[in-house]
Amino acid sequence: MEKTLNNRAWFMVLPVLLLVAFNAVIPLMTVVNYSVQETFGGNVFFFHGVGWFQDVLQSDRFHAALGRQLVFTFSILFIEVPLGVVIALAMPRRGVWVSVCLVLMALPLLIPWNVVGAIWNIFALPDIGLLGHTLNAIGIDYNYTRHPGDAWFTIILMDVWHWTSLVVLLAYAGLISIPDAYYQAAKIDAASRWSVFRYIQLPKMKRVLTIAILLRFMDSFMIYTEPAVLTGGGPGNSTTFLSIDLVKVALGQFDLGPAAAMSIIYFLIVLLMSWVFYTLMMRNEEQS
Amino acid sequence: MTDVTSTSAILAAREHQRSASRIGWSWLIPTLYILFLMVPIYWLLNMSFKTTNEILGGLTLWPHRFTLASYREIFTDATWYNGYRNSISYVTLNMVISVTAALPAAYAFSRYRFVGDKHLFFWLLTNRMAPPAVFALPFFQLYSAIGLFDTPIAVALAHCLFNVPLAVWILEGFMSGVPKEIDETAYIDGYSFPKFFVKIFMPLIASGIGVTAFFCFMFSWVELLLAKTLTSVAAKPIAAVMTRTASTSGYELGLLAAAGVLTLIPGAVVIYFVRNYIAKGFALGRV
Repeated sequence: MEKTLNNRAWFMVLPVLLLVAFNAVIPLMTVVNYSVQETFGGNVFFFHGVGWFQDVLQSDRFHAALGRQLVFTFSILFIEVPLGVVIALAMPRRGVWVSVCLVLMALPLLIPWNVVGAIWNIFALPDIGLLGHTLNAIGIDYNYTRHPGDAWFTIILMDVWHWTSLVVLLAYAGLISIPDAYYQAAKIDAASRWSVFRYIQLPKMKRVLTIAILLRFMDSFMIYTEPAVLTGGGPGNSTTFLSIDLVKVALGQFDLGPAAAMSIIYFLIVLLMSWVFYTLMMRNEEQS
Repeated sequence: MTDVTSTSAILAAREHQRSASRIGWSWLIPTLYILFLMVPIYWLLNMSFKTTNEILGGLTLWPHRFTLASYREIFTDATWYNGYRNSISYVTLNMVISVTAALPAAYAFSRYRFVGDKHLFFWLLTNRMAPPAVFALPFFQLYSAIGLFDTPIAVALAHCLFNVPLAVWILEGFMSGVPKEIDETAYIDGYSFPKFFVKIFMPLIASGIGVTAFFCFMFSWVELLLAKTLTSVAAKPIAAVMTRTASTSGYELGLLAAAGVLTLIPGAVVIYFVRNYIAKGFALGRV
Protein backbone atom coordinates (compact mmCIF):
# COMPACT_ATOMS: atom_id res chain seq x y z
CA MET A 1 0.00 0.00 0.00
CA GLU A 2 1.23 3.48 -0.84
CA LYS A 3 1.60 5.44 2.39
CA THR A 4 1.30 9.21 2.69
CA LEU A 5 3.97 11.22 4.41
CA ASN A 6 2.43 12.73 7.53
CA ASN A 7 4.54 13.64 10.53
CA ARG A 8 1.49 14.39 12.63
CA ALA A 9 1.06 10.61 12.81
CA TRP A 10 3.51 10.87 15.71
CA PHE A 11 0.61 12.12 17.84
CA MET A 12 -1.23 8.86 17.23
CA VAL A 13 1.80 6.89 18.29
CA LEU A 14 2.35 9.01 21.39
CA PRO A 15 0.22 7.01 23.91
CA VAL A 16 2.01 3.79 22.98
CA LEU A 17 5.34 5.56 23.09
CA LEU A 18 4.77 6.93 26.60
CA LEU A 19 3.40 3.65 27.94
CA VAL A 20 6.23 1.54 26.63
CA ALA A 21 8.91 4.11 27.41
CA PHE A 22 7.75 4.25 31.02
CA ASN A 23 8.07 0.48 31.26
CA ALA A 24 11.20 0.03 29.20
CA VAL A 25 13.43 3.09 29.40
CA ILE A 26 13.31 3.76 33.16
CA PRO A 27 13.99 0.13 34.20
CA LEU A 28 16.66 -0.22 31.54
CA MET A 29 18.39 2.90 32.86
CA THR A 30 18.26 1.40 36.37
CA VAL A 31 19.95 -1.71 35.05
CA VAL A 32 22.62 0.31 33.23
CA ASN A 33 23.17 2.31 36.41
CA TYR A 34 23.75 -0.82 38.50
CA SER A 35 25.95 -2.40 35.90
CA VAL A 36 28.66 0.26 36.25
CA GLN A 37 28.64 0.57 40.03
CA GLU A 38 30.12 -1.38 42.93
CA THR A 39 28.84 -1.37 46.50
CA PHE A 40 30.07 -2.57 49.89
CA GLY A 41 26.60 -2.38 51.37
CA GLY A 42 24.85 0.43 53.22
CA ASN A 43 23.54 1.89 49.98
CA VAL A 44 26.92 3.42 49.16
CA PHE A 45 27.80 3.02 45.49
CA PHE A 46 30.87 4.02 43.53
CA PHE A 47 31.77 3.88 39.88
CA HIS A 48 33.15 0.56 38.70
CA GLY A 49 33.41 1.14 34.96
CA VAL A 50 33.12 -1.89 32.74
CA GLY A 51 34.49 -4.23 35.41
CA TRP A 52 31.29 -6.24 35.80
CA PHE A 53 30.99 -6.70 32.06
CA GLN A 54 34.52 -8.10 31.92
CA ASP A 55 33.79 -10.40 34.85
CA VAL A 56 30.60 -11.74 33.29
CA LEU A 57 32.05 -12.16 29.81
CA GLN A 58 35.01 -14.09 31.23
CA SER A 59 33.11 -16.23 33.71
CA ASP A 60 32.74 -19.94 33.00
CA ARG A 61 29.36 -19.87 34.66
CA PHE A 62 27.96 -17.42 32.08
CA HIS A 63 29.50 -19.35 29.19
CA ALA A 64 27.97 -22.57 30.48
CA ALA A 65 24.51 -21.02 30.88
CA LEU A 66 24.72 -19.43 27.43
CA GLY A 67 25.81 -22.75 25.93
CA ARG A 68 22.90 -24.61 27.54
CA GLN A 69 20.56 -21.86 26.35
CA LEU A 70 21.73 -22.16 22.74
CA VAL A 71 21.50 -25.97 22.78
CA PHE A 72 17.99 -25.77 24.19
CA THR A 73 16.75 -23.08 21.79
CA PHE A 74 18.09 -24.76 18.67
CA SER A 75 16.91 -28.23 19.74
CA ILE A 76 13.33 -27.08 20.19
CA LEU A 77 13.41 -25.09 16.93
CA PHE A 78 14.62 -28.18 15.05
CA ILE A 79 11.86 -30.31 16.56
CA GLU A 80 8.91 -27.90 16.69
CA VAL A 81 9.12 -26.25 13.28
CA PRO A 82 9.18 -29.43 11.10
CA LEU A 83 6.72 -31.20 13.40
CA GLY A 84 4.34 -28.23 13.29
CA VAL A 85 4.47 -28.09 9.49
CA VAL A 86 3.76 -31.82 9.19
CA ILE A 87 0.77 -31.58 11.52
CA ALA A 88 -0.59 -28.50 9.73
CA LEU A 89 -0.35 -30.31 6.36
CA ALA A 90 -2.30 -33.26 7.73
CA MET A 91 -5.06 -31.15 9.28
CA PRO A 92 -8.52 -31.09 7.69
CA ARG A 93 -9.21 -27.94 5.63
CA ARG A 94 -12.94 -27.60 6.26
CA GLY A 95 -15.74 -29.07 8.31
CA VAL A 96 -16.47 -29.30 12.02
CA TRP A 97 -13.20 -31.04 12.80
CA VAL A 98 -11.25 -27.88 11.99
CA SER A 99 -12.70 -26.03 14.98
CA VAL A 100 -12.25 -29.04 17.24
CA CYS A 101 -8.61 -29.41 16.22
CA LEU A 102 -7.87 -25.68 16.57
CA VAL A 103 -9.49 -25.34 20.00
CA LEU A 104 -7.81 -28.44 21.43
CA MET A 105 -4.44 -27.58 19.94
CA ALA A 106 -4.52 -24.01 21.22
CA LEU A 107 -5.28 -25.11 24.77
CA PRO A 108 -1.65 -25.59 25.94
CA LEU A 109 -0.85 -22.05 24.77
CA LEU A 110 -3.27 -20.57 27.31
CA ILE A 111 -2.05 -22.40 30.38
CA PRO A 112 -0.11 -20.19 32.83
CA TRP A 113 3.54 -21.06 32.48
CA ASN A 114 4.03 -22.21 36.03
CA VAL A 115 1.00 -24.49 35.66
CA VAL A 116 2.69 -25.97 32.58
CA GLY A 117 5.69 -26.67 34.81
CA ALA A 118 3.42 -28.10 37.51
CA ILE A 119 1.57 -30.36 35.02
CA TRP A 120 4.82 -31.87 33.80
CA ASN A 121 6.19 -32.05 37.29
CA ILE A 122 3.22 -34.25 38.27
CA PHE A 123 3.11 -36.12 34.96
CA ALA A 124 6.79 -37.08 35.00
CA LEU A 125 7.15 -38.11 38.66
CA PRO A 126 9.00 -41.43 38.58
CA ASP A 127 6.74 -43.17 41.10
CA ILE A 128 3.24 -41.73 40.70
CA GLY A 129 3.36 -39.81 37.40
CA LEU A 130 2.10 -41.52 34.26
CA LEU A 131 5.16 -40.71 32.11
CA GLY A 132 7.77 -41.51 34.75
CA HIS A 133 5.99 -44.65 35.90
CA THR A 134 5.55 -45.96 32.35
CA LEU A 135 9.19 -45.33 31.43
CA ASN A 136 10.38 -47.10 34.56
CA ALA A 137 7.93 -49.96 33.96
CA ILE A 138 9.40 -50.66 30.50
CA GLY A 139 12.86 -50.85 32.02
CA ILE A 140 14.27 -47.36 31.55
CA ASP A 141 15.82 -45.92 34.68
CA TYR A 142 14.12 -42.54 34.52
CA ASN A 143 14.27 -39.85 37.20
CA TYR A 144 14.28 -36.22 36.10
CA THR A 145 15.29 -34.88 39.49
CA ARG A 146 18.45 -37.00 39.55
CA HIS A 147 19.72 -37.61 36.01
CA PRO A 148 20.65 -34.54 33.90
CA GLY A 149 19.81 -36.41 30.68
CA ASP A 150 16.31 -37.17 31.91
CA ALA A 151 15.84 -33.57 33.02
CA TRP A 152 16.78 -32.35 29.53
CA PHE A 153 14.50 -34.91 27.90
CA THR A 154 11.58 -33.81 30.09
CA ILE A 155 12.15 -30.08 29.50
CA ILE A 156 12.38 -30.48 25.74
CA LEU A 157 9.31 -32.72 25.67
CA MET A 158 7.47 -30.16 27.80
CA ASP A 159 8.39 -27.34 25.44
CA VAL A 160 7.33 -29.38 22.40
CA TRP A 161 4.03 -30.08 24.16
CA HIS A 162 3.61 -26.44 25.09
CA TRP A 163 4.59 -24.61 21.90
CA THR A 164 4.35 -26.85 18.81
CA SER A 165 0.72 -25.73 18.45
CA LEU A 166 1.91 -22.17 17.78
CA VAL A 167 3.84 -23.39 14.73
CA VAL A 168 0.86 -25.55 13.67
CA LEU A 169 -1.56 -22.62 13.85
CA LEU A 170 0.76 -20.31 11.92
CA ALA A 171 1.53 -22.88 9.23
CA TYR A 172 -2.15 -23.72 8.99
CA ALA A 173 -3.05 -20.03 8.52
CA GLY A 174 -0.55 -19.94 5.65
CA LEU A 175 -1.96 -23.09 4.07
CA ILE A 176 -5.62 -22.09 4.09
CA SER A 177 -4.74 -18.81 2.37
CA ILE A 178 -3.65 -20.72 -0.77
CA PRO A 179 -6.40 -20.45 -3.42
CA ASP A 180 -7.79 -23.73 -4.79
CA ALA A 181 -6.74 -22.67 -8.29
CA TYR A 182 -3.08 -23.31 -7.37
CA TYR A 183 -3.84 -26.93 -6.51
CA GLN A 184 -5.92 -27.40 -9.66
CA ALA A 185 -3.07 -26.06 -11.78
CA ALA A 186 -0.70 -28.46 -10.03
CA LYS A 187 -3.08 -31.32 -10.76
CA ILE A 188 -3.19 -30.48 -14.46
CA ASP A 189 0.61 -30.53 -14.47
CA ALA A 190 0.44 -33.88 -12.64
CA ALA A 191 2.71 -32.50 -9.94
CA SER A 192 3.86 -34.92 -7.26
CA ARG A 193 2.92 -34.47 -3.60
CA TRP A 194 6.48 -33.32 -2.91
CA SER A 195 6.53 -30.69 -5.64
CA VAL A 196 3.16 -29.35 -4.49
CA PHE A 197 4.74 -28.91 -1.06
CA ARG A 198 8.03 -27.55 -2.35
CA TYR A 199 6.73 -25.10 -4.96
CA ILE A 200 3.25 -24.11 -3.72
CA GLN A 201 2.81 -24.72 -0.02
CA LEU A 202 6.28 -23.92 1.31
CA PRO A 203 6.61 -20.54 -0.48
CA LYS A 204 3.15 -19.57 0.77
CA MET A 205 4.10 -20.53 4.31
CA LYS A 206 7.45 -18.73 4.22
CA ARG A 207 6.13 -15.55 5.76
CA VAL A 208 4.19 -17.14 8.60
CA LEU A 209 6.98 -19.62 9.28
CA THR A 210 9.41 -16.73 9.69
CA ILE A 211 7.06 -15.25 12.28
CA ALA A 212 6.88 -18.67 13.95
CA ILE A 213 10.66 -19.02 14.09
CA LEU A 214 11.06 -15.44 15.33
CA LEU A 215 8.49 -15.89 18.11
CA ARG A 216 9.77 -19.32 19.12
CA PHE A 217 13.34 -18.07 19.12
CA MET A 218 12.58 -15.05 21.32
CA ASP A 219 10.36 -16.91 23.76
CA SER A 220 12.60 -19.95 24.16
CA PHE A 221 15.60 -17.70 24.70
CA MET A 222 13.73 -15.99 27.56
CA ILE A 223 12.30 -19.17 29.08
CA TYR A 224 12.23 -19.04 32.85
CA THR A 225 9.08 -20.20 34.61
CA GLU A 226 8.55 -23.66 33.14
CA PRO A 227 12.03 -25.11 33.80
CA ALA A 228 12.21 -23.21 37.10
CA VAL A 229 9.08 -25.01 38.31
CA LEU A 230 9.98 -28.37 36.75
CA THR A 231 13.64 -28.76 37.67
CA GLY A 232 14.66 -25.47 39.32
CA GLY A 233 17.73 -25.51 37.06
CA GLY A 234 18.87 -28.87 38.39
CA PRO A 235 20.02 -31.50 38.94
CA GLY A 236 23.14 -29.51 39.81
CA ASN A 237 23.30 -26.76 37.20
CA SER A 238 22.49 -28.99 34.26
CA THR A 239 19.32 -27.15 33.19
CA THR A 240 20.23 -23.65 34.39
CA PHE A 241 19.40 -21.51 31.37
CA LEU A 242 20.25 -17.81 31.13
CA SER A 243 17.08 -16.49 32.81
CA ILE A 244 17.30 -18.96 35.68
CA ASP A 245 20.95 -18.07 36.23
CA LEU A 246 20.11 -14.37 36.12
CA VAL A 247 17.33 -14.68 38.71
CA LYS A 248 19.68 -16.72 40.93
CA VAL A 249 22.31 -13.96 40.78
CA ALA A 250 19.91 -10.99 41.04
CA LEU A 251 17.22 -12.11 43.47
CA GLY A 252 18.98 -15.05 45.13
CA GLN A 253 22.43 -13.65 45.85
CA PHE A 254 21.43 -9.99 45.36
CA ASP A 255 24.65 -9.28 43.42
CA LEU A 256 23.19 -6.28 41.63
CA GLY A 257 26.28 -5.24 39.65
CA PRO A 258 27.03 -8.60 37.99
CA ALA A 259 23.30 -9.29 37.56
CA ALA A 260 22.81 -5.96 35.78
CA ALA A 261 25.85 -6.48 33.55
CA MET A 262 24.58 -9.97 32.75
CA SER A 263 21.10 -8.58 31.97
CA ILE A 264 22.51 -6.14 29.46
CA ILE A 265 24.68 -8.72 27.72
CA TYR A 266 21.73 -11.14 27.66
CA PHE A 267 19.38 -8.51 26.25
CA LEU A 268 21.91 -7.51 23.59
CA ILE A 269 22.27 -11.13 22.46
CA VAL A 270 18.48 -11.52 22.08
CA LEU A 271 18.28 -8.17 20.34
CA LEU A 272 21.06 -8.92 17.89
CA MET A 273 19.66 -12.31 16.89
CA SER A 274 16.10 -11.01 16.64
CA TRP A 275 17.32 -8.12 14.50
CA VAL A 276 18.86 -10.61 12.08
CA PHE A 277 15.58 -12.55 11.90
CA TYR A 278 13.54 -9.36 11.59
CA THR A 279 15.68 -8.02 8.75
CA LEU A 280 15.40 -11.31 6.89
CA MET A 281 11.64 -11.27 7.39
CA MET A 282 11.24 -7.71 6.12
CA ARG A 283 13.39 -8.49 3.10
CA ASN A 284 11.10 -11.45 2.31
CA GLU A 285 8.11 -9.20 2.63
CA GLU A 286 9.49 -6.63 0.22
CA GLN A 287 10.23 -9.33 -2.33
CA SER A 288 6.73 -10.80 -2.26
CA MET B 1 -20.78 -31.99 -24.92
CA THR B 2 -21.54 -35.36 -23.38
CA ASP B 3 -17.90 -36.24 -23.84
CA VAL B 4 -16.81 -33.25 -21.83
CA THR B 5 -19.21 -33.91 -18.99
CA SER B 6 -18.29 -37.59 -18.82
CA THR B 7 -14.58 -36.79 -18.81
CA SER B 8 -15.01 -34.26 -16.06
CA ALA B 9 -17.20 -36.74 -14.17
CA ILE B 10 -14.46 -39.35 -14.42
CA LEU B 11 -11.90 -36.79 -13.32
CA ALA B 12 -14.08 -35.80 -10.38
CA ALA B 13 -14.61 -39.43 -9.40
CA ARG B 14 -10.88 -40.11 -9.60
CA GLU B 15 -10.20 -37.01 -7.55
CA HIS B 16 -12.75 -38.14 -5.02
CA GLN B 17 -11.03 -41.53 -4.79
CA ARG B 18 -7.64 -39.94 -4.38
CA SER B 19 -8.73 -37.51 -1.69
CA ALA B 20 -10.51 -40.37 0.07
CA SER B 21 -7.31 -42.40 0.13
CA ARG B 22 -5.43 -39.36 1.40
CA ILE B 23 -7.92 -38.86 4.22
CA GLY B 24 -7.37 -42.55 4.94
CA TRP B 25 -4.15 -41.92 6.83
CA SER B 26 -3.75 -38.19 7.29
CA TRP B 27 -6.25 -37.85 10.16
CA LEU B 28 -3.89 -40.00 12.20
CA ILE B 29 -1.23 -37.29 12.63
CA PRO B 30 -3.45 -34.58 14.18
CA THR B 31 -5.21 -37.23 16.27
CA LEU B 32 -1.96 -38.56 17.71
CA TYR B 33 -0.76 -35.03 18.33
CA ILE B 34 -3.96 -34.04 20.15
CA LEU B 35 -3.72 -37.25 22.19
CA PHE B 36 -0.17 -36.27 23.15
CA LEU B 37 -1.48 -32.84 24.22
CA MET B 38 -4.37 -34.24 26.22
CA VAL B 39 -2.63 -36.97 28.23
CA PRO B 40 -0.78 -34.64 30.64
CA ILE B 41 -3.95 -32.55 31.02
CA TYR B 42 -5.92 -35.70 31.76
CA TRP B 43 -3.33 -36.59 34.38
CA LEU B 44 -3.81 -33.21 36.05
CA LEU B 45 -7.59 -33.64 36.01
CA ASN B 46 -7.28 -37.18 37.33
CA MET B 47 -5.01 -36.02 40.16
CA SER B 48 -7.40 -33.21 41.15
CA PHE B 49 -10.23 -35.66 41.92
CA LYS B 50 -8.11 -37.98 44.05
CA THR B 51 -7.61 -38.00 47.81
CA THR B 52 -4.07 -37.27 49.04
CA ASN B 53 -3.78 -40.87 50.24
CA GLU B 54 -4.64 -42.26 46.85
CA ILE B 55 -2.17 -39.91 45.10
CA LEU B 56 0.72 -40.89 47.33
CA GLY B 57 -0.41 -44.54 47.54
CA GLY B 58 0.64 -45.42 44.01
CA LEU B 59 -0.29 -45.11 40.36
CA THR B 60 -4.01 -45.24 39.51
CA LEU B 61 -5.27 -44.40 36.04
CA TRP B 62 -8.56 -42.93 37.27
CA PRO B 63 -9.72 -41.76 40.73
CA HIS B 64 -10.91 -44.83 42.65
CA ARG B 65 -12.23 -42.73 45.49
CA PHE B 66 -13.64 -39.72 43.65
CA THR B 67 -13.57 -36.55 45.75
CA LEU B 68 -14.23 -32.86 45.27
CA ALA B 69 -12.41 -31.95 48.49
CA SER B 70 -9.60 -30.08 46.71
CA TYR B 71 -12.06 -27.91 44.78
CA ARG B 72 -14.11 -27.29 47.94
CA GLU B 73 -11.00 -26.05 49.70
CA ILE B 74 -10.19 -23.63 46.89
CA PHE B 75 -13.70 -22.17 46.77
CA THR B 76 -13.92 -21.68 50.53
CA ASP B 77 -10.43 -20.27 51.16
CA ALA B 78 -10.15 -16.53 50.51
CA THR B 79 -6.45 -16.60 49.50
CA TRP B 80 -7.35 -19.01 46.71
CA TYR B 81 -10.40 -17.37 45.19
CA ASN B 82 -8.97 -13.89 45.64
CA GLY B 83 -6.05 -15.08 43.58
CA TYR B 84 -8.44 -15.74 40.69
CA ARG B 85 -10.10 -12.38 41.15
CA ASN B 86 -6.74 -10.59 41.12
CA SER B 87 -5.57 -12.42 38.00
CA ILE B 88 -8.77 -11.68 36.11
CA SER B 89 -8.74 -8.01 37.12
CA TYR B 90 -5.19 -7.23 36.01
CA VAL B 91 -5.59 -9.26 32.82
CA THR B 92 -8.77 -7.38 31.88
CA LEU B 93 -7.21 -4.03 32.75
CA ASN B 94 -4.16 -4.82 30.66
CA MET B 95 -6.32 -5.92 27.73
CA VAL B 96 -8.25 -2.64 27.76
CA ILE B 97 -5.16 -0.42 28.10
CA SER B 98 -3.17 -2.29 25.45
CA VAL B 99 -5.89 -2.34 22.79
CA THR B 100 -6.93 1.28 23.38
CA ALA B 101 -3.39 2.59 23.13
CA ALA B 102 -2.47 0.36 20.21
CA LEU B 103 -5.43 1.24 17.95
CA PRO B 104 -4.35 4.77 16.87
CA ALA B 105 -0.68 3.76 16.75
CA ALA B 106 -1.38 0.79 14.50
CA TYR B 107 -3.44 3.03 12.24
CA ALA B 108 -0.55 5.48 11.99
CA PHE B 109 1.89 2.69 11.10
CA SER B 110 -0.42 1.15 8.51
CA ARG B 111 -1.41 4.41 6.75
CA TYR B 112 1.36 6.97 7.11
CA ARG B 113 5.06 7.43 6.61
CA PHE B 114 6.67 9.63 9.24
CA VAL B 115 10.15 10.49 10.49
CA GLY B 116 11.62 7.47 12.23
CA ASP B 117 8.62 5.17 11.72
CA LYS B 118 10.67 2.05 10.89
CA HIS B 119 13.03 2.61 13.82
CA LEU B 120 10.12 3.18 16.16
CA PHE B 121 8.41 0.00 14.99
CA PHE B 122 11.54 -2.06 15.59
CA TRP B 123 12.14 -0.39 18.97
CA LEU B 124 8.61 -1.37 20.00
CA LEU B 125 9.29 -4.94 18.94
CA THR B 126 12.52 -5.07 20.96
CA ASN B 127 10.38 -4.77 24.07
CA ARG B 128 8.61 -7.95 23.10
CA MET B 129 12.12 -9.46 23.08
CA ALA B 130 13.16 -8.19 26.51
CA PRO B 131 13.53 -11.13 28.89
CA PRO B 132 11.22 -10.51 31.90
CA ALA B 133 14.00 -11.77 34.16
CA VAL B 134 16.00 -8.68 33.16
CA PHE B 135 13.18 -6.37 34.23
CA ALA B 136 12.03 -8.07 37.43
CA LEU B 137 14.17 -6.14 39.89
CA PRO B 138 13.96 -2.65 38.25
CA PHE B 139 10.18 -3.06 37.95
CA PHE B 140 9.95 -3.85 41.63
CA GLN B 141 11.85 -0.65 42.45
CA LEU B 142 9.99 1.50 39.93
CA TYR B 143 6.50 0.48 41.01
CA SER B 144 7.43 0.68 44.71
CA ALA B 145 8.70 4.20 44.14
CA ILE B 146 5.46 5.41 42.55
CA GLY B 147 3.35 3.68 45.20
CA LEU B 148 1.61 1.17 42.95
CA PHE B 149 3.32 -1.94 44.32
CA ASP B 150 0.90 -4.78 45.11
CA THR B 151 -1.99 -3.39 43.05
CA PRO B 152 -3.55 -4.92 39.91
CA ILE B 153 -2.76 -1.67 38.04
CA ALA B 154 0.97 -2.24 38.54
CA VAL B 155 0.82 -5.68 36.93
CA ALA B 156 -1.49 -4.43 34.17
CA LEU B 157 0.93 -1.59 33.33
CA ALA B 158 3.99 -3.83 33.56
CA HIS B 159 2.46 -6.33 31.14
CA CYS B 160 2.03 -3.48 28.66
CA LEU B 161 5.78 -3.84 28.11
CA PHE B 162 5.24 -6.86 25.87
CA ASN B 163 1.50 -6.65 25.10
CA VAL B 164 1.39 -3.15 23.59
CA PRO B 165 4.09 -3.88 20.96
CA LEU B 166 2.34 -7.15 20.13
CA ALA B 167 -1.05 -5.43 19.87
CA VAL B 168 0.40 -2.79 17.52
CA TRP B 169 1.98 -5.52 15.41
CA ILE B 170 -1.21 -7.59 15.08
CA LEU B 171 -3.54 -4.62 14.52
CA GLU B 172 -1.21 -3.14 11.93
CA GLY B 173 -1.40 -6.43 10.02
CA PHE B 174 -5.21 -6.41 10.03
CA MET B 175 -5.46 -2.70 9.19
CA SER B 176 -3.15 -3.01 6.20
CA GLY B 177 -5.67 -5.48 4.78
CA VAL B 178 -8.31 -2.71 4.61
CA PRO B 179 -8.03 -0.76 1.33
CA LYS B 180 -7.08 2.87 1.75
CA GLU B 181 -9.86 3.96 -0.62
CA ILE B 182 -12.32 3.37 2.23
CA ASP B 183 -10.62 6.06 4.33
CA GLU B 184 -10.58 8.50 1.42
CA THR B 185 -14.22 7.91 0.51
CA ALA B 186 -15.24 8.52 4.11
CA TYR B 187 -13.34 11.80 4.26
CA ILE B 188 -14.97 12.93 1.00
CA ASP B 189 -18.33 12.04 2.53
CA GLY B 190 -17.53 14.52 5.29
CA TYR B 191 -16.62 12.23 8.14
CA SER B 192 -14.23 13.65 10.72
CA PHE B 193 -11.30 11.39 11.66
CA PRO B 194 -12.63 10.25 15.09
CA LYS B 195 -16.10 9.62 13.67
CA PHE B 196 -14.69 7.71 10.71
CA PHE B 197 -12.41 5.66 12.98
CA VAL B 198 -15.10 4.61 15.44
CA LYS B 199 -18.09 4.32 13.11
CA ILE B 200 -16.54 2.87 9.95
CA PHE B 201 -13.00 1.66 10.49
CA MET B 202 -13.31 -0.19 13.79
CA PRO B 203 -16.27 -2.34 12.66
CA LEU B 204 -14.21 -3.30 9.57
CA ILE B 205 -11.39 -4.68 11.67
CA ALA B 206 -13.62 -6.02 14.46
CA SER B 207 -12.20 -9.53 14.13
CA GLY B 208 -8.70 -8.09 14.31
CA ILE B 209 -9.56 -6.24 17.52
CA GLY B 210 -11.04 -9.45 18.95
CA VAL B 211 -7.92 -11.40 18.05
CA THR B 212 -5.69 -8.70 19.55
CA ALA B 213 -7.68 -8.70 22.78
CA PHE B 214 -7.33 -12.48 22.83
CA PHE B 215 -3.54 -12.25 22.52
CA CYS B 216 -3.29 -9.61 25.24
CA PHE B 217 -5.39 -11.83 27.46
CA MET B 218 -3.24 -14.83 26.64
CA PHE B 219 0.17 -13.30 27.31
CA SER B 220 -0.95 -11.48 30.44
CA TRP B 221 -2.70 -14.59 31.78
CA VAL B 222 0.27 -16.92 31.31
CA GLU B 223 3.02 -14.58 32.55
CA LEU B 224 4.07 -15.13 36.13
CA LEU B 225 7.54 -13.78 36.84
CA LEU B 226 6.57 -10.07 36.70
CA ALA B 227 3.12 -10.62 38.21
CA LYS B 228 4.73 -12.37 41.16
CA THR B 229 7.47 -9.78 41.58
CA LEU B 230 5.03 -6.86 41.62
CA THR B 231 2.59 -8.24 44.19
CA SER B 232 2.87 -9.45 47.74
CA VAL B 233 -0.49 -9.98 49.47
CA ALA B 234 -3.36 -7.83 48.25
CA ALA B 235 -3.05 -8.40 44.51
CA LYS B 236 -1.37 -11.81 44.35
CA PRO B 237 -2.30 -13.69 41.13
CA ILE B 238 -3.62 -17.23 41.26
CA ALA B 239 -0.55 -18.70 39.64
CA ALA B 240 1.61 -17.22 42.40
CA VAL B 241 -0.71 -18.50 45.12
CA MET B 242 -0.10 -21.95 43.65
CA THR B 243 3.67 -21.77 43.92
CA ARG B 244 3.49 -20.54 47.49
CA THR B 245 1.15 -23.33 48.54
CA ALA B 246 3.27 -25.89 46.79
CA SER B 247 6.39 -24.81 48.64
CA THR B 248 5.08 -24.10 52.14
CA SER B 249 2.48 -26.72 52.89
CA GLY B 250 4.43 -29.64 51.53
CA TYR B 251 3.03 -32.18 49.15
CA GLU B 252 -0.56 -31.15 48.52
CA LEU B 253 -0.63 -32.43 44.98
CA GLY B 254 -4.41 -32.76 44.85
CA LEU B 255 -4.88 -29.11 45.73
CA LEU B 256 -2.18 -28.04 43.29
CA ALA B 257 -3.83 -30.09 40.53
CA ALA B 258 -7.30 -28.67 41.25
CA ALA B 259 -5.95 -25.11 41.15
CA GLY B 260 -4.18 -25.95 37.90
CA VAL B 261 -7.38 -27.28 36.34
CA LEU B 262 -9.20 -24.08 37.31
CA THR B 263 -6.54 -21.96 35.56
CA LEU B 264 -7.27 -23.82 32.31
CA ILE B 265 -10.92 -22.76 32.22
CA PRO B 266 -10.61 -19.04 31.33
CA GLY B 267 -8.23 -19.90 28.50
CA ALA B 268 -10.53 -22.58 27.12
CA VAL B 269 -13.53 -20.21 27.21
CA VAL B 270 -11.63 -17.46 25.42
CA ILE B 271 -10.33 -19.81 22.71
CA TYR B 272 -13.85 -21.01 22.05
CA PHE B 273 -14.96 -17.44 21.26
CA VAL B 274 -12.15 -16.70 18.82
CA ARG B 275 -11.91 -20.19 17.28
CA ASN B 276 -12.76 -19.00 13.75
CA TYR B 277 -10.10 -16.29 13.74
CA ILE B 278 -7.46 -18.11 15.72
CA ALA B 279 -5.34 -19.30 12.79
CA LYS B 280 -5.26 -15.89 11.14
CA GLY B 281 -4.70 -14.26 14.51
CA PHE B 282 -1.63 -16.35 15.24
CA ALA B 283 -0.28 -15.25 11.88
CA LEU B 284 -0.60 -11.68 13.26
CA GLY B 285 -3.04 -10.82 10.50
CA ARG B 286 -0.36 -11.35 7.87
CA VAL B 287 -1.28 -14.21 5.59
